[in-house]
Amino acid sequence: MIPLHYYLVVSALLFSIGTVGVLTRRNAIVIFMCVELMLNAVNLTFVAFSNFLGSLDGQIFVFFVMTVAAAEAAVGLALMIAFFKNRESIDVEEMNLLKL
Amino acid sequence: METLFFFVVAAVAVISGLLVITCKNPINSALSLIMTFFCIATFYVMLNAPFMAAIQVIVYAGAIMVLIVFVIMLLNIRSEAGRRGAHTTLFGSALGIFGLIELLYFLAKGGLTGSRGGLDAKIIEQFGHTELIGRALFTQFLLPFEITSILLLVAIIGAVILAKKNI
Repeated sequence: MIPLHYYLVVSALLFSIGTVGVLTRRNAIVIFMCVELMLNAVNLTFVAFSNFLGSLDGQIFVFFVMTVAAAEAAVGLALMIAFFKNRESIDVEEMNLLKL
Repeated sequence: METLFFFVVAAVAVISGLLVITCKNPINSALSLIMTFFCIATFYVMLNAPFMAAIQVIVYAGAIMVLIVFVIMLLNIRSEAGRRGAHTTLFGSALGIFGLIELLYFLAKGGLTGSRGGLDAKIIEQFGHTELIGRALFTQFLLPFEITSILLLVAIIGAVILAKKNI
């Protein structure tokens, strides 16, 4: 039986990696992937606590997080395609105007 | 044996996570991210949650990552022209490392409180994980489940409107 803390440490590492990626990268799609990584780190924490506390509620939360991530992927990638059509680039440093 | 397996999977997850943020080419980042998702699915199996592992592989590694790889290839993004300035990288990394130290500090300091529920490996074995999830979803969490369907409908409409010729 693996202790709960091992899973939480892995989850903390993955979450921090995701944070560094969001703060340091310029490509909008890579930033998007780092956000997905952070969501997955939190999901791992939910499932680990759910197993160690003997309750199913955490896993239901993971289900809803996955749904929100799927909706976010569809809308976010559509936004990126719309931005790319106008600017020929998805660099976040060029996203500095409210108008197109 | 189980601990050794855990450490191997954890090492692969963290290394491929690091590759996601260090690779120049977005396709390589996406493939590393798929590897991380598979490692997390392995953790779910080790945590007695096989249904979560299945939808992790199908929804994340399947649907979402296919969408991301499709967009990367559609837009024909090669590598980044130039990285952000050195001070941005330094500041972002420092912030991430401070966050990690804080998380590990609270993990070392805090203890597990709260009472255990009735679920254990024997009950999961007896009823099946999918059945337990389904029962909880359609009784106790019915309203959030219905709201989820509205969220997905909104996402579909939003994606179709954003993808029109000129917005």
